[in-house]
Amino acid sequence: MSQLSIRNVTKVFPGKKGLFNKVTGKTSRDFTAIENISMEIEPNTFVSIIGPSGCGKSTLLDMIAGLSPISDGEILLNGQPITGPGPDRGMVFQNYALMPWMTVEENIRFAVETVHPKLSPKAMGRKIKENIQLVGLEGAERKHPHELSGGMRQRVGIARALAIDPQMLLMDEPFGALDALTRGFLQDEIERIWEQQRKTVIMITHSIEEALLLSDRIVMMTRGPAARVDEILEVPFPRPRNRETIMQHPAYAPLKAEMESHLFRETRAVEEARIRKR
Amino acid sequence: MVVSHPVVNTVRKKEKPAWFKNEGLQSLALFLISLFLFLGFWEVGARSGWFTKGVPTATKTIEELWWWTTHPFFNNGPNDLGIGWNLLISLRRVAIGYILASVVAIPLGILIGMSPVAYRAFNPYVQLLKPVSPLAWLPLGLYILRDSEQTGVFIIFISSIWPTLINTAFGVANVDQSYLDVANTLGASKLRTIFKVILPAALPNILSGMRISMGIAWLVIVAAEMLLGTGLGYFIWNEWNNLYIPNILVAIFIIGIVGLLLDSIFAALERFVAFGRNS
Repeated sequence: MSQLSIRNVTKVFPGKKGLFNKVTGKTSRDFTAIENISMEIEPNTFVSIIGPSGCGKSTLLDMIAGLSPISDGEILLNGQPITGPGPDRGMVFQNYALMPWMTVEENIRFAVETVHPKLSPKAMGRKIKENIQLVGLEGAERKHPHELSGGMRQRVGIARALAIDPQMLLMDEPFGALDALTRGFLQDEIERIWEQQRKTVIMITHSIEEALLLSDRIVMMTRGPAARVDEILEVPFPRPRNRETIMQHPAYAPLKAEMESHLFRETRAVEEARIRKR
Repeated sequence: MVVSHPVVNTVRKKEKPAWFKNEGLQSLALFLISLFLFLGFWEVGARSGWFTKGVPTATKTIEELWWWTTHPFFNNGPNDLGIGWNLLISLRRVAIGYILASVVAIPLGILIGMSPVAYRAFNPYVQLLKPVSPLAWLPLGLYILRDSEQTGVFIIFISSIWPTLINTAFGVANVDQSYLDVANTLGASKLRTIFKVILPAALPNILSGMRISMGIAWLVIVAAEMLLGTGLGYFIWNEWNNLYIPNILVAIFIIGIVGLLLDSIFAALERFVAFGRNS
C-alpha cells in the first residue's frame, strides 16, 4: 500500500464575487491552480516535484502539509484523509522560517516540545543534541539565526523538521535561496542524511541536477493554470549516490535531456502566454 | 600559474588615520564649538540688552542649574519644593498612567490584531481618538474624577494608550506567515502559538509603540501639571508667576534630559529584542 495517495486533487482559488465587490467593480474570476492530479507515493522513497514557475507545486505541497484546504478530491496519508496540519509531516521551508528570537537549540526544542510535551528533560535534550549532530551544527547551539549563514540556517530548518520524527518530510525549494556552492554542499548533506533515515521525502525544486541526485522518482508538472502531472520519471541510479558517479550512469544523460526539453517547452509556453496577456 | 602580477609601488599608500579625520571627534568638536558660540552669544546679548528685558545671562542660568541640581530635595511647602521632589512627582504620575495604559493596550492590541474583523471594527475608534490633544481630556477628567492627582494620571493614561495599542495590533496582525505555518505544521495549540510565536514576533513592534507612548506621556505630563499643582509642569508655572526666568530654563533642561534618558532606555530594549531584524 502506498503511504500517500493523492486522488483527483483540484485546487481552485475563489475569485471575488458577491454584491459588494460587484458594486466596487472588484470582481475576479476563480483561478484553478491545479486540476485533477493523482499520484501514489510509496514509503521510503524520495520524490521530487519539478515544473515551471507558477505551476502550483507549492500549492500541492501546502495541501499535503494541510496548510491549504483541498478544493476537490482527497489526499490520504496511510489511508486516512488529510484534514489539517500535523506532526506526522515535517516541513522544511524555502525561507527557513526560523524564529529569530530563538537560538538554534531553542528553535529545535520548540518543535520537539510542541509535539512531545511530556518528554522528560533528559530525553528531550538527547533528541535535540542528536539532530543538531545529524546536520553537523555542533558548536552553534547557542547562536541566533541572524548570526548564521543561509546554509547553516537551512540545516537548522532540516534538523527541526527531523527532530519531531515525522513519517515524511516535505521540502519546499529548500535550497532555492542559497548560492550555488552552498547549495551543492547541502544537497550532498541531504543525500547523506537520507541514506541514514530513508524517510519518505517530497521535495519541490527548480533544479534538474538536484532532482536527479536526490530522488527515486521525479514528478514533472505542466504549466498552470490548471496544472497537471505530465510524466513521472523513475531514477534508477544505485545508492548511496554522489554527483560524480551518477553522471557516469548510462541513464543520466537521457533523463536529463528529457527533463530539460520538458521544462524548456513549458517555460517557453508560460513566457509566451505572459507576453500575450499584456 | 600566475594570474596577475602585483603592481609595485601602488599609488594608494596606506594613510595613517589622522586624529582630526575621525568623524566622532569631528562631531564632538562641532558640538562643543556650537555650544560655546551659543552660550557666548547668549551671555553677550543678555549683558548688552539685545533681547527682551529680564532675559537672564547664561552664567546666571548655569549657576541656578547648579544650585537646583545640588539641592534637589527640600520641602518648604508646595510653592517652594526641590526640583528632585517635583521630578519624582511627575515621574510617579507618568509611571502609574503609563503602566495602566500599557496593561490595557497590550492585551487589547493582541486581541484586535489577531482578528482582521476586530481590526477593521475597532480601527475607527482608534483613528478618531488618537489625534485628540491630551489636554482636551483635562476638563472631562476633572469633572468626572474631581481630583487633580487622578486627573493627571487619567490624562497620561488616555494619551499614551493609542501608540501602544496601534503598534501592538499592527505587530500581531503582521506576524510573518511562515512562523505561523511552522507552529501550525507542528500542531501547536492556539495558546502556545500566541505566547511562543506571535508575542515574541510582535515584541519589536510592541516596544516601539511603548517608546512612542512614553515620549507622549512625558510631553503631556508637563503641560497637564501646569493646571494641576505640584510636579515639574507646576514648577515652571510657579516660576512664571514669580517671573523668574532662569528657573524656567533650568526646568526645561531637566525635562529634556529626563525625556532623553527615558527614550534611551526604550531604544536599548528595542535593540535587545531585535535579533537582527530591521537594524
